Amino acid sequence: MSEQLLSVRDLRVRFTTEDGIVHAVDGVSFDLAAGEVLAIVGESGSGKSVTAQTIMGLTRSPNARIEGSVAYRGRELLTADDEELMRVRGEEIAMIFQDPMTSLNPVYKVGDQIGEAIQAHRHESDHKAREQTIELLAAVGIPDPSKRVDNYPHEYSGGMRQRAMIAMGLALEPTVLIADEPSTALDVTIQAQILRLLEQLNRDRDLAVIIITHDLGVVAEIADRVLVMYGGRIIESGSLEQIFYDPQHPYTWGLLGSLARPDRPRTMRLSQITGQPPSLLAPPAGCHFRPRCPHAFDRCTRVPPLETRVGENHADRCWLSVEQKKTLRVVKTGEIGLEAPAA
Amino acid sequence: MATDPWAPPYADPTLPGEVEQDTGIPPAPAGVPVEGRSPWYLAYRRLRRNRVALFFGALFIVIVLFCLAAPLWAHLVAHTGPDTNHLTEKIDINGQPTDVVNVDGIPIGPGLHGKFLLGADANGRDVMVRLMYGGRTSIFIGVMAAFVTTILAVIFGILAAYYRGWTDAVISRAMDVIWAFPVLLLGIALGTALSVSGSGLVLGPIHIADDSIWIPILIIGFVYVPYMARPIRGEVLALREKEFVEAAIAQGAGTMRIMFSEILPNLVSTIIVFFTLNIANNMLLESALSFLGAGVRPPHSSWGSMVSDGYEFLYSAPHLTIIPGLMIVLTVLSLNVFGDGLRDALDPRAKVRLEAAALEESH
Amino acid sequence: MARFVTRRLVGMVVVLFAISVLVFLIFNVIPGGDPGKRICGKNCNNALLTQINKDWGFNDSLPVQYVTMMKKVFTGELVSYSSQLNVDQQIKKGIPITFSLCIGAAVIWMAFAIVFGYLSAVKAGGFTDRALTILALVGISMPVFFLGAILLLYLTSKIQLFPTAGYVSLTSDPVQWAYHLFLPWITLAVLFVGFYSRVLRSNMLDVMNEDYVRTARAKGLSERQVRIHHVLRNSMIPVITLFGLDFGAVIGGGAIITESIFSLNGVGQYAADAITNVDLPPIMGVTLFGAFFIVFFNALVDITYAWLDPRIRLGTEAR
Repeated sequence: MSEQLLSVRDLRVRFTTEDGIVHAVDGVSFDLAAGEVLAIVGESGSGKSVTAQTIMGLTRSPNARIEGSVAYRGRELLTADDEELMRVRGEEIAMIFQDPMTSLNPVYKVGDQIGEAIQAHRHESDHKAREQTIELLAAVGIPDPSKRVDNYPHEYSGGMRQRAMIAMGLALEPTVLIADEPSTALDVTIQAQILRLLEQLNRDRDLAVIIITHDLGVVAEIADRVLVMYGGRIIESGSLEQIFYDPQHPYTWGLLGSLARPDRPRTMRLSQITGQPPSLLAPPAGCHFRPRCPHAFDRCTRVPPLETRVGENHADRCWLSVEQKKTLRVVKTGEIGLEAPAA
Repeated sequence: MATDPWAPPYADPTLPGEVEQDTGIPPAPAGVPVEGRSPWYLAYRRLRRNRVALFFGALFIVIVLFCLAAPLWAHLVAHTGPDTNHLTEKIDINGQPTDVVNVDGIPIGPGLHGKFLLGADANGRDVMVRLMYGGRTSIFIGVMAAFVTTILAVIFGILAAYYRGWTDAVISRAMDVIWAFPVLLLGIALGTALSVSGSGLVLGPIHIADDSIWIPILIIGFVYVPYMARPIRGEVLALREKEFVEAAIAQGAGTMRIMFSEILPNLVSTIIVFFTLNIANNMLLESALSFLGAGVRPPHSSWGSMVSDGYEFLYSAPHLTIIPGLMIVLTVLSLNVFGDGLRDALDPRAKVRLEAAALEESH
Repeated sequence: MARFVTRRLVGMVVVLFAISVLVFLIFNVIPGGDPGKRICGKNCNNALLTQINKDWGFNDSLPVQYVTMMKKVFTGELVSYSSQLNVDQQIKKGIPITFSLCIGAAVIWMAFAIVFGYLSAVKAGGFTDRALTILALVGISMPVFFLGAILLLYLTSKIQLFPTAGYVSLTSDPVQWAYHLFLPWITLAVLFVGFYSRVLRSNMLDVMNEDYVRTARAKGLSERQVRIHHVLRNSMIPVITLFGLDFGAVIGGGAIITESIFSLNGVGQYAADAITNVDLPPIMGVTLFGAFFIVFFNALVDITYAWLDPRIRLGTEAR
């Protein structure tokens, strides 16, 4: 088994706001192995982005309470001082964000923003940093990088900006790349290119990737392992196959049921999960999904479900028994998610 | 349904629990603040929490009440009017008769003697009484000029942004011209032209005498129009693109209706904030114009003109400068702090940059 | 870019023209301001008055008078009605004083505004922030003449720390120059320090929420680098805009009160005197001089803005 890079234990993040305390992340635990592609799936407000940003120490603020543990190769990050955190950021863990337009500073050249990252960590000459930047831009597939390095972000297309963001992330050769909705703001064709690029970097550089998305299509395309988040908690985790072929949690069923598929008759209505995500200001007692769950019973109202192991590396948080789930699950194995597994 | 493999997993009509699934809106959990409260309520709540702003808001009200009480003080305590001279009189201080204005022309200073509580000026007039009456003028000019500015700025701002094209071009260029004119210079020029020369102002059938306080009101109201009209124009330009305006147009609503029933209500919070800060700026400009002799003219007096009158005695009778000056600072500060709090409460992200308007004053 | 600059220049000329017309009209609708009578003076008789009106062209129609006056403005032949002194020369006399006052004050106000605004934003919500906010608002609420008077009273009279008035030229004695100008600088700068630090603070708080600031942190820059290189730099753009406008306004007559309180015979003081005498030529001269600076700095600001913000520089149009 490959080395565990990142280990998150019982992470809780709360924010004090004008309206009350927001329980953004509520007891999240997971591991990330070297070279692995881990997808965190969930609706907006499920706590997936906050989880990712907390790993990087980006949610630190006077009105945030962060508890639990985030360890990178055994080094605790939650309590790390600024200097230590600075060294981890970029050099060990890099992050790219959803909207590449707003994520790049509009007043600096793209190349300078990448070079800035290099020079902040390594004492390189301007010339050397520039050369490295050009190499990086070439590596992420920016055409004519020696010219493009002097362009401003608004002169790039959306896809190129995201590539530049990825180049910036790669600048210090990190071992983990966190991609927060990296393709959401892009056109469908560009989305695929970006995912291809991430896949290729994962393969060629043995880069571990945490990809955060609400799009199961993205997950299917790239992930090794999947965490499904809902209302600040991980409600199901497992390998890609397990999640797609043997989903345990009713919320996962709902997500899979709402996936558009080309092999279904077009007359079929996509299913939907009725209701709205829970208010993180005052999450419902017991299971967070309970108010929207068609299978909820009295126990769900009272006690938050514990993690249940349903297979090797496959766990969920639901009070239904495995048998109940098999009968209640409307979508049949093999008919959801991916194309049928090759025989 | 259950036999259909494509059936949505949650289409089962026999749902457990209390949730009204068909509306798609789950009931709000008990004890949770319901989102989507009226923005006015939210603003009120935010303002209520801002104690500093509330304190200064209250201070402004106290100052206004203080000035309104001028006749009471004049009749009951001071027994003199704001323009009554007591050059040759003596008053009793600690049993000793003292000249109100001594032989060197230096008036008495503040002290605990009912009459002349804040001392006298060079003409032997009661500074306290003058201060209260002067405050009425200063605040009146500030508020009235703010009305003038607001009304003109809203009209021009909406017209320019709504019609765009040449209407916008004409209005915006006119604003540019006023904008490029140093505020104080323009104020002095207008003030001198309209009042010093003894002609007054004739607007059609209305004739305003050269010593009327409406002349400074109109001048001050006029020079600040671009500072308010520009941001309002910008906001209307943005509002114009909003769906509800398009919907109103699609429904065949008349131009006037769209401008005043659809767009104007959305400007109210901006206008309120501007109005408050504008009063503060107006009072500063009034004091500066009066200080230079191009503002309030006798027989009227304001805090600014009191400073102007007393300034020549800065070293011998500093209270004549300091007292009205401090009142200006206090009043303007109370409005500025309160307006600042209002802005934070009404628009926490402060999308509209009000600063550009909050500036410009008398240098 | 060339088109942009051309458009700005044409706009400048149009605005200056409009201002000159406005000034001319303001002072020609005053019946009591008959310039002929003023020049004529006390021992006036009809023959003299007619002669003066003829010589100065006061009998011409307003447009003709306007054109005559503007011709003189451009040839530098404008002469005051009351003192008969050449307006250009009088303005030139005042320029070193006004510039010394304004440039010094501008340096002070920008330096303090950046420091205060930065501290206030970085410590937002804390004690430093609140104290600076109150200070800033007091500064904004202080009439310039009052501040000047207080400084004069306490620092030149009660404690004799500074000279009361006067101007020493920079070339003759730089130390005395700064010493004499210190109080005027402070007086003029306080308002702007308050105002600009508020603007900078609110800009910085806005920018701190921008995605690219998060990116900068994520790539492992130190907090100081993030704040100065990304937050402050991006927050300065609107401040620079304001600075251009205000600096133009201050040079162009905005410093009248400071000049008059500290007895500095700068351009503002000259204008104030001219206005009191209803003396059109100097007013016209100073107003055009002031408006020129305002409009010029307006244009300069747009160009600086374009330089600071590449989206505009390389885009097709500003505004």
